Amino acid sequence: MEFAELIKTATVESVLLSCVGLPAVKGTLCITSHHLLLSSCPGGDSQPGTVELWLLIRNVDAVEKRLAGSSGTITLRCKDLKVLQLEIPGMEECLNIASSIEALSSVDSVMMMYPFFYRPQSLKLEEGWNLFPLEQYFQQIASQTSRWRLSDVNRDFTTCPTYPPAVIVPAAVDDDALRKAARFRQGGRFPVLSYYHPKNGTVMLRSSQPLTGPNRKRCREDEMLLGTVLDEGERGFIIDTRSAQAAKQARMTGGGTEPKSSYPRWRRLHRPLERGRPLQESFIKLVEACNDTSINMDRWLSRLESCRWLSHVKAALSTACLAAQCMDREEASVLVHGAEGTDTTLLVTALAQVILDPSCRTLVGFQGLLEREWIEAGHPFHLRCARSAYSHARLKQEAPLFLLFLDCVWQLSRQFPFSLEFGEHLLLTLFDNAYASDYGTFLCNNEKERRVGREVATALSLRSKAVVTTVTLRQTPLWPGQGLTLLDRAGRSLPRRSLGCTKPHDSRQGLKTRSQFSHRCLCKVKETTHSLWAWLNQPGEKKKYLNPLYSHNALVIWPSVEPQSIQLWQGLFFRWIRSSQYLDEAWAEIERLVEGNKPPVKESAGNRLSQSLSDPAARTENER
Amino acid sequence: MEHITTPKVENVKLLDRYTNRKAANGTLYLTATHLIYVDASAEVRKETWILHHHIATVEKMPLTTAGYPLLIHCKNFHVAHFVIGQERDCHEVYTSLLKLSQPAKPEELYAFSYNPKMSKENRETGWKLIDLKVDYQRMGIPNDYWEITDVNKDYEICNTYPPEIVVPRAASKAVVIGSSRFRSRGRIPVLSYLYKENNAAICRCSQPLSGFSARCLEDEQMLQAIREANPGSPFMYVVDTRPKLNAMANRAAGKGYENEDNYDNIRFKFIGIENIHVMRNSLQKLLEVCEMKSPSMSDFLTGLENSGWLRHIKAVMDAGVFLAKAVKDEKASVLVHCSDGWDRTAQVCSLASLLLDPFYRTFKGFMVLIEKEWIAMGHKFSHRCGHLDGDPKEVSPVFTQFIECVWQLMQQFPCTFEFNERFLLEIHDHVYSCQFGNFLGICHKEREDLKIFEKTHSLWPFLLQKKQELRNPLYRGFTAYKELQPNTLPFSFQFWCGMYNRFDKGMHPKQHVLDHLLSCVSQKMKLEDSASDLENKLPFLDGPLPSEACSLSKVGRAASKTPMLNTPQDYEGEPPPVLSNGASAGDIGVVSDVDQKHKENLSPHQDLHDLNDTVNMLNAEAKDGKPQHH
Repeated sequence: MEFAELIKTATVESVLLSCVGLPAVKGTLCITSHHLLLSSCPGGDSQPGTVELWLLIRNVDAVEKRLAGSSGTITLRCKDLKVLQLEIPGMEECLNIASSIEALSSVDSVMMMYPFFYRPQSLKLEEGWNLFPLEQYFQQIASQTSRWRLSDVNRDFTTCPTYPPAVIVPAAVDDDALRKAARFRQGGRFPVLSYYHPKNGTVMLRSSQPLTGPNRKRCREDEMLLGTVLDEGERGFIIDTRSAQAAKQARMTGGGTEPKSSYPRWRRLHRPLERGRPLQESFIKLVEACNDTSINMDRWLSRLESCRWLSHVKAALSTACLAAQCMDREEASVLVHGAEGTDTTLLVTALAQVILDPSCRTLVGFQGLLEREWIEAGHPFHLRCARSAYSHARLKQEAPLFLLFLDCVWQLSRQFPFSLEFGEHLLLTLFDNAYASDYGTFLCNNEKERRVGREVATALSLRSKAVVTTVTLRQTPLWPGQGLTLLDRAGRSLPRRSLGCTKPHDSRQGLKTRSQFSHRCLCKVKETTHSLWAWLNQPGEKKKYLNPLYSHNALVIWPSVEPQSIQLWQGLFFRWIRSSQYLDEAWAEIERLVEGNKPPVKESAGNRLSQSLSDPAARTENER
Repeated sequence: MEHITTPKVENVKLLDRYTNRKAANGTLYLTATHLIYVDASAEVRKETWILHHHIATVEKMPLTTAGYPLLIHCKNFHVAHFVIGQERDCHEVYTSLLKLSQPAKPEELYAFSYNPKMSKENRETGWKLIDLKVDYQRMGIPNDYWEITDVNKDYEICNTYPPEIVVPRAASKAVVIGSSRFRSRGRIPVLSYLYKENNAAICRCSQPLSGFSARCLEDEQMLQAIREANPGSPFMYVVDTRPKLNAMANRAAGKGYENEDNYDNIRFKFIGIENIHVMRNSLQKLLEVCEMKSPSMSDFLTGLENSGWLRHIKAVMDAGVFLAKAVKDEKASVLVHCSDGWDRTAQVCSLASLLLDPFYRTFKGFMVLIEKEWIAMGHKFSHRCGHLDGDPKEVSPVFTQFIECVWQLMQQFPCTFEFNERFLLEIHDHVYSCQFGNFLGICHKEREDLKIFEKTHSLWPFLLQKKQELRNPLYRGFTAYKELQPNTLPFSFQFWCGMYNRFDKGMHPKQHVLDHLLSCVSQKMKLEDSASDLENKLPFLDGPLPSEACSLSKVGRAASKTPMLNTPQDYEGEPPPVLSNGASAGDIGVVSDVDQKHKENLSPHQDLHDLNDTVNMLNAEAKDGKPQHH
């Protein structure tokens, strides 16, 4: 397959771009293998144009076209929820552009995705990929207790294809027992350590459901594994993220839950959390309601209610609180699982850690948490985030669990405005990148695919007819194509249209070259794509994500889950609909105030004087 | 005083809204002004003060194993659920509270006995703080088109208007008098706000007595005079804020609305804001939703929708936005009325002024706005707030809705108001507290008859004293924003937890940005002060620099005097979420004495006075036992 085959028309002149809340722009539309660009030419042809739109085509969720006379309108609904309209002169051009975008945006092959072509100059390929090794996390635990060990039982992904090579397990259980326990758990996801609570030594484990089946099968190794977690006389809690009935029904299909008789010291609690299709539909309905500007007050509230998104937020927060409470207050260890253990399970374990552990609330700590509890833990990002809320494609495996997690973290940040080192901007960026990204961080479904590649298994067969040659841009774009920069409200300080790419862009020729990727198509995400973390953690970039109000808080942050305390995340769901100007100004003001309160760098006449004074003053303040 | 038969009851439980919490046990005191509950079971002393005037309803509930429950709902949305051991005590407290909370005579209102130990001069200056004439001057009035007239000085034109009103210069006395006979209760069209930039004006009045066909030449001339006072526009709007159906029904009673054919160049428009009875019921439903025990998200949202509350708030806001746009964008004058022109009209006119003029978003300006559009123009505070024992059908949260609209604007424009949410809550509290004279009575004339200017204090100087804690640290100043154009899509209207669940602290954010920022501001100001202090001293010192030791101690002191008022971790001790149902994670935590006082009492400064008063009172009244104030 070649991208060029998918692009029927590469450029069209005099295209009118419009979107809610911004004046329309006219310019030249250009389609490259991964981007849709629109550059306006304010000063006629002689002047280089200004790039007004730089949209990753992967970000396009749905393409709608409407023809009227000799021209047509294409509506692009993006995965980050923004909606763009392109008015294209020429019916044929319009149809061609629409089908090109459609084809390019639905390329399913991971290898064809932009991260494999994106080569920013400021970053090195290997940067950011090994920031959070599990070994390091294990060392922290090992310094406090010897009851846990790091096992490489899964080094070749045979014990569990969706686990990373290294996992933390009870020291008393050997690899052989682990292999047997894995056979008793769906997808081989045997109980592993998710979080160690240093305050009282309790732990949170996660797994998938046990394969008890209709015949109530048992597994001695699994029982032993869970047994060794608890001391003599201790009791633990199993939080099953399905209803008791659903868990029971799962037995008919070979799954099930831990029966009391075989796990006498574990008390089971059922806290049903929605996932899969109902969750995706909830997301779709919410976004639909948010985009309906003709809606009146009562319709709005009833649609907000009927989409149930906020109920899901409340349920997820409540369950995470329950897990956290078991550990922190009841001083009991916890095992969390649902069915596969890759969705609601991770939602609960990750959220509980944000609540319990102050180190997860720093910018770097949060990245580590995502790496450990979502990416390496095998949340199938590729499947879950393939499509967002607008797509007309038939739903397959899509479900916005990660978004639900981000929403819950946002709720925490609202209730504890000083306790998270990062702000809303980071959460928005993570959402955007999970669905369409320049970076490889959220690619694939698990570590195995990231290393060995899923192409070999699945994609090759699909492409049997096409000549498997991969193309790359001869000159990759120099600009970090963060979606549509002109609309990127996220960069608070950036003036609108700050992209200001006056460099003549070369992407039009970009398709002509092809190169050297091999047939085997090993993914090798970590060798051939850039890490999102490397980009985020650059000093200049990092600043944008920090919460100016942050001050370290060693305590557990217990949120309120009363309906009155839970709000719709306007910053996400209305990001492209409402103007954020006044709120951005408020944040700038907060920053100014808080900055002003830090040791002042005086500029007045008493310059030298105040400088000599400011340091001791600052120290007193910090000591407090 | 004669209403208090039992000044003190021991072993009273105060139930928490969240059932799983252990009930507090303590002593309940009745004073002349307050119900005070002192929690003896808590580690730190905790007092709950409830002003009698704040009590909306007292209910005796069916007997429980713990005793006789007494449920008190307050006008500031505080809900207190006491359980009293003895039926007799319960009944006596109940009957006392019924009488104390709704006095029959105005002289019994708190304002007439409230004595903050202030000199007579200061008290009088306090009343002079707000001068509406100054505000008219600010608008450039009197000018060629508008004049301040004392035609109503003996309340002959309209007994619910103030003595001085602003009318078009072109309207003769005959026109004014003629028009007043054609307007319900003589409430003729008068100026509310003049937008200086283009001479468009907002005027207000009551409904015309038009019936099905009546006309009044003077009234038509009056509207013409208003339109012509704005030469830039060929037409003016006449806005009836009622739903069309209501206005039409009024025609049968000889009232109604303006016929477009009879008035030159008017554009008539209905804006459907519901009447006081609908609003009262809506609030009642909203409060029921707020009081639900562990509701699900769906229960809450459905209840919120069914109450219609946010729909009404949006209707008021929409109307305000319409007025502001007409004036600013269409450069047209607007005449607004509802039925009597003292409820919806007051809401809409004051909101439009707030949107158009940054002055009204300052402390002083907001006080002026309330004095002008609400107090002077005869919003019937006494009836709407149920200050005295009277017709419950007259009670309606009209002013509360206005305050909420302002709060909604604050959410959208965080840097445009000089004051913060607490300022709104303080005002809202005092509208009901009857502690100050401003909101007593129903109109200027009645306030004069009650001699409130001689016998009571004005609220505004007291609020200005507390400016430091009521200010908005993000305020960017008078000139940063001019007209506001709020988003009025439904999602922009949020449930105001800080008002309707204000006393359910567990529901609020656990860390307070406002306090933190306020302390940043005060710290900064003090540091700047001490820096400029030092700079001033610099010239007097010999040598290039003052000695380290000297300057250090100075700053050291300055810094230690200004500790962070609010550490972010002040929710410590927050109880965990509930294991049994996993639903109510964290609610009220007893934080500290200081904190409690700050949050539960009406306002710290006056409580100091109250406390002393009460102690004296209790000494006299209940010799056998008094609450031990620290």
